[in-house]
Amino acid sequence: MTPLNAKIQEVFSEPACGINQGKSEKERKKGCAKQLQPGGAAGGCAFDGAKIALQPFTDVAHLVHGPIACEGNSWDNRGARSSGSALWRTGFTTDMNETDIVFGGEKRLYKAIKEIGEKYDPAAIFVYQTCVPAMIGDDINVVCKAASEKFGRPVIPVNAPGFVGPKNLGNKLAGEALLDHVIGTAEPDYVTPYDINIIGEYNLAGELWQVKPLLDELGIRILSCISGDGKYQEAAYSHRAKAAMMVCSKAMINVARKMNERYEIPFFEGSFYGIGDTSEALREISRLLISRGAPEELMARTEALIAREEAKAYAAIVPFRYRLEGKRVLLITGGVKSWSVVAALQEAGLKIVGTSVKKSTKEDKERIKQIMGEVAHMIEDMTPREMYKMLREARADIMLSGGRSQFVALKAAMPWLDINQERHHAYMGYDGMVELVRQIEKSLYNPIWLQVRRPAPWDGEGRIAKLGMAMAAE
Amino acid sequence: MAIVSQVKKSCTVNPLKMSQPLGGALAFMGVCNTMPLLHGSQGCTSFGLVLLVRHFKEAIPLQTTAMSEVATVLGGYENVEQAILNIYKRTSPDLIGICSTGVTEIKGDDVDGFIKVFRKNHPDFINFPLIAVSTPDFSGAFQDGWEKTVTRIIETIAPMPSGRRAETRVNVLPGCHMTPGDLDALRQIFEDFGLEPSFLPDLSGSLDGHIPDDFTPTTLGGISVDEIGKMGRAVWTIAIGAQMRTAAEALERISNVPFRVFERLCGLVANDEFFAFLAEISGQPVPQKYRRQRSQLVDAMLDGHFHTGGCKLAIGAEPDLLFDVGSLLHDMGMELVAVVTTTASPVLDRLPTEEVLIGDLEDLESRAKVRGAEFLITNAHGRQMVARLKLPFFRIGLPIFDRLGAAHIVTVGYQGTRDLIFAIANMLIAHREVHHDVNQASWCPTMEQESL
Ligand code: SF4
Repeated sequence: MTPLNAKIQEVFSEPACGINQGKSEKERKKGCAKQLQPGGAAGGCAFDGAKIALQPFTDVAHLVHGPIACEGNSWDNRGARSSGSALWRTGFTTDMNETDIVFGGEKRLYKAIKEIGEKYDPAAIFVYQTCVPAMIGDDINVVCKAASEKFGRPVIPVNAPGFVGPKNLGNKLAGEALLDHVIGTAEPDYVTPYDINIIGEYNLAGELWQVKPLLDELGIRILSCISGDGKYQEAAYSHRAKAAMMVCSKAMINVARKMNERYEIPFFEGSFYGIGDTSEALREISRLLISRGAPEELMARTEALIAREEAKAYAAIVPFRYRLEGKRVLLITGGVKSWSVVAALQEAGLKIVGTSVKKSTKEDKERIKQIMGEVAHMIEDMTPREMYKMLREARADIMLSGGRSQFVALKAAMPWLDINQERHHAYMGYDGMVELVRQIEKSLYNPIWLQVRRPAPWDGEGRIAKLGMAMAAE
Repeated sequence: MAIVSQVKKSCTVNPLKMSQPLGGALAFMGVCNTMPLLHGSQGCTSFGLVLLVRHFKEAIPLQTTAMSEVATVLGGYENVEQAILNIYKRTSPDLIGICSTGVTEIKGDDVDGFIKVFRKNHPDFINFPLIAVSTPDFSGAFQDGWEKTVTRIIETIAPMPSGRRAETRVNVLPGCHMTPGDLDALRQIFEDFGLEPSFLPDLSGSLDGHIPDDFTPTTLGGISVDEIGKMGRAVWTIAIGAQMRTAAEALERISNVPFRVFERLCGLVANDEFFAFLAEISGQPVPQKYRRQRSQLVDAMLDGHFHTGGCKLAIGAEPDLLFDVGSLLHDMGMELVAVVTTTASPVLDRLPTEEVLIGDLEDLESRAKVRGAEFLITNAHGRQMVARLKLPFFRIGLPIFDRLGAAHIVTVGYQGTRDLIFAIANMLIAHREVHHDVNQASWCPTMEQESL
C-alpha cells in the first residue's frame, strides 16, 4: 500500500467520527463517500477540499503542482478574509506542460519552490498534489523535504490529488498534512490559561471577526485558528493551546482528535451559527478552559456576556418578526450549518419547510426532527428540477443555499440567499444571526418579486394576450 | 511588429490561462439541448462549473465521467459508457459532447475508440450524436479548446453540400472572445442585410441570461444539431477571430462553402471591411442605420482621443481578444507597454507593440509597474494587481466574476466600438478626477500661502 493510500485508510477509519462508529470494519474501508456516478453533476475533488481547508492561512504561498486546470480554473474564488498578508490569494502553480509529463515534474516543482521563496519570501510554502503528477509518479514528499532543507523554509506537502475522492476527504488529508509537518514544530512566546484553538473555521466574509471581540472581552485568546485568517507560525505552536473548538461538522475532526491524543487538548464540536449555538459554544470553551486550570470566575463572566448578547440579539430580531411570521424557507446546504441556523430563523417567525440532509449523520437527522418537527421535509438528494418545481409552485417563499443552486431559485423568480462559501455577508455569532434575518427580510420584501413574476403583455394572462383571445372568440 | 516570447520560469503566478477542456465545454454549450461532459475526475468539472457560473450568472450544464484513481489506471471506457447512458436517461439531450482532460490523456484513453465500441454495444445509439474532442489540460489554453471543439463538431456532424445553395444563408463561426451580446449585435447586422446567419456555436441563445419557462438540465437555446447539418447550404462562412480559421477550412473542405476570416470586428477600419463585405455578398446597400452608426463612431473617436491618446496600456487576454481590443486601443492612440497572452497564435506578432509575452498576470504586473502603465485591461483576476498598482481597470474576457453583465459587453460593429470607446474614456476620466485632478492648490501652489 502506498503511503497515500495508507493515509486515506486511516482517515476513513477515523474513530471520533459518529458515522464511522456505526459502520462495520468492511464498510469503513470503503470510505465516507458514495462512489460518484459517471454522468452526474460533480462536487469538488479532494484537492479542492484540501485547498479550502488550508488556503485561509494568510502568510503561506499555496503552490499547486499540476497542469493549468486545477489552479488556473479556480484561483481567487474563495471567500475567506485576511487581516494581514494577501499572499494567500496569489495563485501559484507549476502549470505542467507536455515536457514535464514526459520527463516528470519534480524538477519544475523544485525550481518553482525556489522562485517563490526568492520573490515572495513566504512564512511557508504548501505544495498541493493533483491528479496528473500523482499519475506520473512525482513524489512531492521528497521534493518538499529536499527544498525545506535546502532553502531553510518550511515546505509542506499536501497529498490530496483530486481523484482519490471528494472534498471532505481532502479536508481531512489537509488536516493530516498539518499534523505530520506543522503542528508542534514551534513554541509560542508565552502561554496563558485562556489559549484556545479553533479548528475548521475559514473566516468567510470575515465573520470570525464578529465573534473574536466576544472572546477578547472574556480574555480568551485564539492561539491558532485553523485556518481562517491564520498564520503559519500560529498553527506550528497550536499544540500549546489549553482547549479546542472544532467548527464545521466533521471536516477536520482528525486534527482535533489527534491533537487531543498527542497533546491532551480537550475539544468539543460546536458552531457559531445561531444564537443558541453561539452561547453554547462560548460556555463550552469556558468550561474546557476551567477544566484545564483557568479560574472558575470565567464562567460567571461568560454567562453574563451571553445573557447580555442574547437579549440584544433577540431584541434586534423582534422587529422583523411580524414581517417574517409564517414565511416558508427551503434550506439547502451541507450538514450541520442547517440546524445551527434553524433556531434563529424560527425565532424570527420563519417556518422551515424543507432542508437537505445529504451530508447529515443519523444524529443530525434526529436533531432536525426535534427542532423542526415532523412536518419539515428532509431532502436526501433533490434534483435542481425538483427544487425549481417546489419554488415555482410556491411551496416555499425563499431558498437559502450555496451559490451553485442559486439559479434554480432565481429562474423561478423566487428570493434566494447565499449562505455558503461565496456570500458577502457575515452570519456568525449574535450579530451575524441578526444580519441573516435582516437579509432575509430585505430579500423577501424587495419590490422586484411582484414585477418579475408579471407575465409579459403578450403572454398568458398579459393584456395583449387576453385581447387576442377575446378577438379570437368574437 | 511584436516579438513573441514565452516566459522562462518554473512557477506560474496568478494565471491568465484557463484550461482547454473548459473552452471546449463552453463551445458545446452553444449547441441546443446539449450536455457537455468532461472525461476526467470530478474536480475538473466542478471547478469549470463554478467558474462559468460565476461569469455568466447562469446555471451551467456540465457533467463528469467521475474517474476515480482506480478507474484512471484501468482506463475509462466503462465510465464513459455509464456517463452517456445516465445522461441520456436523465436529460435526453440531442448531443453529448465529450472533452478529455489531463488525467485521461495521460492514461491514453481513446474516446473516439470508446464511442465506436459503445455504439456496437448499444445499437440504439448508432445515430445518436456523440462528439469527442482531445483537450489535454497540459497543453494549449481555453481558446484552443474552443477552436478544436468547433472544428470537431463540423467534422462530425458533417454538413453535406446540398444540390442547391440558399442564397441568403451564411454561416458564422464566432471565436470564444465573442460574448452573447456580440452575437446578438452581429445577428442584427446580418439580418439587416437580408442575410440569414447560422451561428456555431451560438451562446446568444443559451447563455444570454434569459428566464426560461421550465428548468432544463441541458443547454437552453443555441444552434440545433439539425441546423448544423444544414450549414453546407450556405453561400458564405464568416469566421470571427483567427482561431476560427481551422473550423472554417474544415467546413469548406466538407461542404465547399467559401469562407472569409475577420480577425477584428472592433474598430473603424475593421468594420468598414466587414460592412463592405456584407454589402457585396448580399447585394444590398449598407442600410442607413449603419451609415449613421459609422459617423457616430467617428465622432466618438474624435471625442475619445483626448483621453486615450498617449495612455500607456497594460493588457492581458487570450490572443484573439487581445488582438481585437488591443489593436483598437492602439488605433485610439494608446501605447501598448505591457502585453501578455495565453497561447500561441498567428495574430500575435502583428500586434502593434514591441513584445508579446505568453505568460501570466505576474508578468503583466511587473511589466506594467516598470513601464509605468496607466491603464489595465484584463479579466477579473486583474483585481489583485490593480489594488496594488492603483490603476483604472477595465474588465474583458473570461472570467468576470465580480461585475454584472459580462455576457452583454459588446465590442463588435460600429456601435459596439463606439460604446467601448466611451466606456474606456469615461473610466479614464473618472480615475483622473479622483486621483490627479488639478485644483487651485495644485495648479498654483503658492495661493494658499498668499491668502493667509
Ligand atoms: S480532479 Fe484532479 S485534475 Fe481535476 S481539478 Fe481536481 S486535482 Fe485537478
